[in-house]
Amino acid sequence: MSATRPKIKARPPTRPRLGKIGESVPRSDGTPKVMGEFAYASDLHAADMLWGHTLRSPHAHARIAEIDISQAVGMPGVHAVLTHADVPGRKTYGLEFTDQPVLAIDRVRYFGEPVAVVAAEHPEQARRAAEAIRVVYELLEPVADPERATEMEPLHPDRPTMGHGYRDDPRSNVVRHMVIRHGDPETAGDVTVDGVYEVGSQDQAFLGPESGLAIPDGEGGVDIYVATQWLHVDRDQVAPCLGLTVEQVRVHLAGVGGAFGGREDLSMQIHGALLALHTNRPVKFVYNREESFTGHVHRHPAKIWCEHRATRDGRITCVRMRILLDGGAYASSSTTVTSNAASFALGPYRVDNALIESTSVYTNNPPCGAMRGFGAVQTCFAAEAQMDRLAAELGIDPVELRLLNALAPGDYLPTGQLIDGALPTAEVIRRAAALEPPAPEGFPRDPIRLPGGAGNTTRGAGVHRGVGFAVGFKNICYSEGFDDSCAARVQLYADGSATVHCAATEVGQGVTDVILQVARTELGTDRITLAPHTTATVGSAGSASASRLTWMVSGAVRDACRAALEEQERREGGEVDVERVHHHRPTTPLDPETGQITGERAHVALAVAAMRAVVEVDIDLGLTRVVWVGTAQDVGKAINPQAVHGQIEGGTAQGLGLALMEEIQTRDGRIVNASFTDYLIPTALDMPPVTVVLVEDPEPDAPYGAKGVGEPPAIVSVAAIAAAVRDATGRALTRVPIRADDICL
Amino acid sequence: MEVLTPRSLDDALRLKAELPAARFVQGGTDVLVELNFDRSRPAALINLNEVAELRGFLRENGALVLGSGLTYAELMQPELATALPALAEASRTVGSPQIRNRGTIGGNLGTASPAGDALPPLLVESAQVEIASVRGRRALPLAEFLVGPKRNALEPDELVVSIRISPSGSRQTFMKVGPRNAMVIAVCSLALSVDRERGELRAAFGSAGPVTGLVTAPLDEAERFPAAVAAAASPIDDVRGTAAYRRHALRVLTGRALERCLA
Ligand SMILES: Cc1cc2nc3c(=O)[nH]c(=O)nc-3n(C[C@H](O)[C@H](O)[C@H](O)COP(=O)(O)OP(=O)(O)OC[C@H]3O[C@@H](n4cnc5c(N)ncnc54)[C@H](O)[C@@H]3O)c2cc1C
Repeated sequence: MSATRPKIKARPPTRPRLGKIGESVPRSDGTPKVMGEFAYASDLHAADMLWGHTLRSPHAHARIAEIDISQAVGMPGVHAVLTHADVPGRKTYGLEFTDQPVLAIDRVRYFGEPVAVVAAEHPEQARRAAEAIRVVYELLEPVADPERATEMEPLHPDRPTMGHGYRDDPRSNVVRHMVIRHGDPETAGDVTVDGVYEVGSQDQAFLGPESGLAIPDGEGGVDIYVATQWLHVDRDQVAPCLGLTVEQVRVHLAGVGGAFGGREDLSMQIHGALLALHTNRPVKFVYNREESFTGHVHRHPAKIWCEHRATRDGRITCVRMRILLDGGAYASSSTTVTSNAASFALGPYRVDNALIESTSVYTNNPPCGAMRGFGAVQTCFAAEAQMDRLAAELGIDPVELRLLNALAPGDYLPTGQLIDGALPTAEVIRRAAALEPPAPEGFPRDPIRLPGGAGNTTRGAGVHRGVGFAVGFKNICYSEGFDDSCAARVQLYADGSATVHCAATEVGQGVTDVILQVARTELGTDRITLAPHTTATVGSAGSASASRLTWMVSGAVRDACRAALEEQERREGGEVDVERVHHHRPTTPLDPETGQITGERAHVALAVAAMRAVVEVDIDLGLTRVVWVGTAQDVGKAINPQAVHGQIEGGTAQGLGLALMEEIQTRDGRIVNASFTDYLIPTALDMPPVTVVLVEDPEPDAPYGAKGVGEPPAIVSVAAIAAAVRDATGRALTRVPIRADDICL
Repeated sequence: MEVLTPRSLDDALRLKAELPAARFVQGGTDVLVELNFDRSRPAALINLNEVAELRGFLRENGALVLGSGLTYAELMQPELATALPALAEASRTVGSPQIRNRGTIGGNLGTASPAGDALPPLLVESAQVEIASVRGRRALPLAEFLVGPKRNALEPDELVVSIRISPSGSRQTFMKVGPRNAMVIAVCSLALSVDRERGELRAAFGSAGPVTGLVTAPLDEAERFPAAVAAAASPIDDVRGTAAYRRHALRVLTGRALERCLA
């Protein structure tokens, strides 16, 4: 039998498609990714390279009595077997507190925690050597229930989270406890609705697993090529653990296969560098899928208790909320997630009186940290469910109720911050509410377009349609006094062409094109080259996080381009090379006792989105199908409208996943569904068409008026889809992801 | 690892007799996952893709003989879909287009997972599994072939050549429940036929017991049949779903399947 190969059509030559600000520019990484030509971090290669492997804890909580590497070191192909004893510098690292061991020291606090690393000629040799390391564990009772964490033995007896200017809390295992007291929280209303809501732990589920390559420079330093979100902060965390200066560590961006917050914390960076310096050979790591689920932080599971009080005519008088976030074994960015959850807990509504208490705790569950939406996802789900309950209680249309209370410039956040930027809440509500969903499709129809989809479970029996509406908002840029900046460097040549350097990480969001569009616009030329993203040639760009990068990069590249033009003019031609650092306006911390602002603001700016979702639910089987989503989003100014649409669709897909299927399941702290067989993310058949309205209300302080757009869709979609399923089923559905059992049992 | 590629059935059987610890591979959609996750390390792989005797299907005295190398995509083609509609519907629920192009019915039997989607429709149609080895040939009813979760009745030197069915021509359907609308392992599944010739209601469920289970009842017991199917299952709680839900869903599915097939 002879195999016939399908003819692959030659790709039409791609003309560079250029564009300035406001024009839709096809993503420069789009074609290579679709053609399979994009080099991801997992494709990295260096001559003479070794393969790294991580030995991970099989227990969620245990004391390490002994680590015996003697057998592993002698195995074929093995060049190094390292434990905590081999970490030459600081033994711990972390984004907010250095509470996480590079390699476990005397105890392991979560399932999958790194205990030792191996470098060998072949990945399989490295894996087998890791298996041959004998670790004697003495099992400890895992702190698995966040509601009981404060009564259990402290997991970090040295309290690394204390004394950092946050509210002191004597209870054990508290990462951060914050209270926002606003107006008079005892204020009553004519009606009160309460509810308790839960959000499961979502995974970023990026397709490109953690990978990178560390190359010793022969002079004691190291170059790390890695898929990450913030090159400079990686460097700043890596160097002290290696006992090196930051100049001796250079971090370069390798092809990123998705991030969504999951690459803010380190994965292989220190391990790879340790092994590379130890063996004086390049060392590559690629996690497999199962390892990836333990190799990065997740979205915080949450439990939220709410009480909303309002007048008969629908004005909210007071909200009381208690938020509990399971931070898992290490702090990661839990403190900021705690604060964000609290800051945006009320939704984009005018509320004069509130008491919000937000706590994150240490447990032996998988560590949680940054994920798209960052605390606001959890509270939006709760707050919007409360708004619907209030609407039902008052007999007011849910959209009307939201309009009646819509937050606007001139109003105050519960932290006492005056909203002085753009926040078109009422407009996004009106625009989203005005979108016409498609008319219900009749029967018979292809089961693929019914709940249950390809499963062929219904021809229409049990199918109910439901419509949900939600509004969500959050901050843009880092908050609470963080001195955030972004650097860009422009080499402008005599012939008018230019090279732009910026360490902003392209994680698939399209920042590359934002940089190029700004440079084209400012320099008035298409002849622009973007230099590799690295710490070696330019200052920090900050993180691809907090919907901040478009704003910060636009400011830095704009400033550097303008400075370069000025400089060139001053010198009357020739080549110039300038670097500029852009800062957004400053913020200050919140008062630890009252949660009120201590200066003018704790947050830089806000962005809001409204969404209407239509679902069909098979109420007998508990199966769902999202039929259509219509959304209006406040984007300030769309630098690349096509990419903004992409972000909104992608964010909606991720929110749909959390609403209907995505959850990291644990038993006593151990992940039991660490695979794409059992951790399900939406497929093309689960994703509805999305009608998008971009509301362009320029942010006065932002370069070109542009706001970040990545997070709002992931926040609002969870709430909107859950509301639609409630509408279809008539059930309370206070937990996401909504399980079939919740609907039909 | 060595990959051996026999060009005929005899060669394949001889190789397997010589290397009983080797694994057959057809589409590889189960075997390669196992290898990648290091769940098994077979001595060698015997690639059956060049064994012509396992491909395609033929008709023999009114019976259909399905080669064990038939893919789901092939089972969905009109000729087979007309003769075995529930099997075609089940095939359509399998994985993604890529998996349906590679995955085979023989591989589904080889894996013998309680979630195997080809199994309930075959069971409802009283399929016979035709087995060969260097020692000779034998046939087993599918119900006897499936001996436990991921366990079948094959001896180490045996191979599944084909599946023999005398199509009942009865109204039949297949349904599968999963938490998303494509690419799922069944939380539970059901094939059902209303066999007027035999005067029987026949249902087979997947993912609701250690093996795919068959339940039959006289035609006039349709009303009690959903409860009977749910009662016959012995589901468990696992990461994919709860036992209570599975039982409930089987009841709903059976009711709906009866409606489809009695209409
Ligand atoms: C992404 C994905 C989605 C999937 N979705 C589904 C799904 O929806 N439903 C479903 O049922 N399955 C699904 N599967 C599992 C798999 O595709 C099926 O079980 C398929 O039928 C296996 O066929 P194969 O030819 O690929 O088997 P292989 O992987 O080649 O072999 C499977 C087993 O059968 C043995 N074997 C193969 N041929 C023979 C033979 N002739 N005689 C004896 N033993 C033999 C092999 O040794 C092996 O043990 C999925 C798998 C993947 C990777």
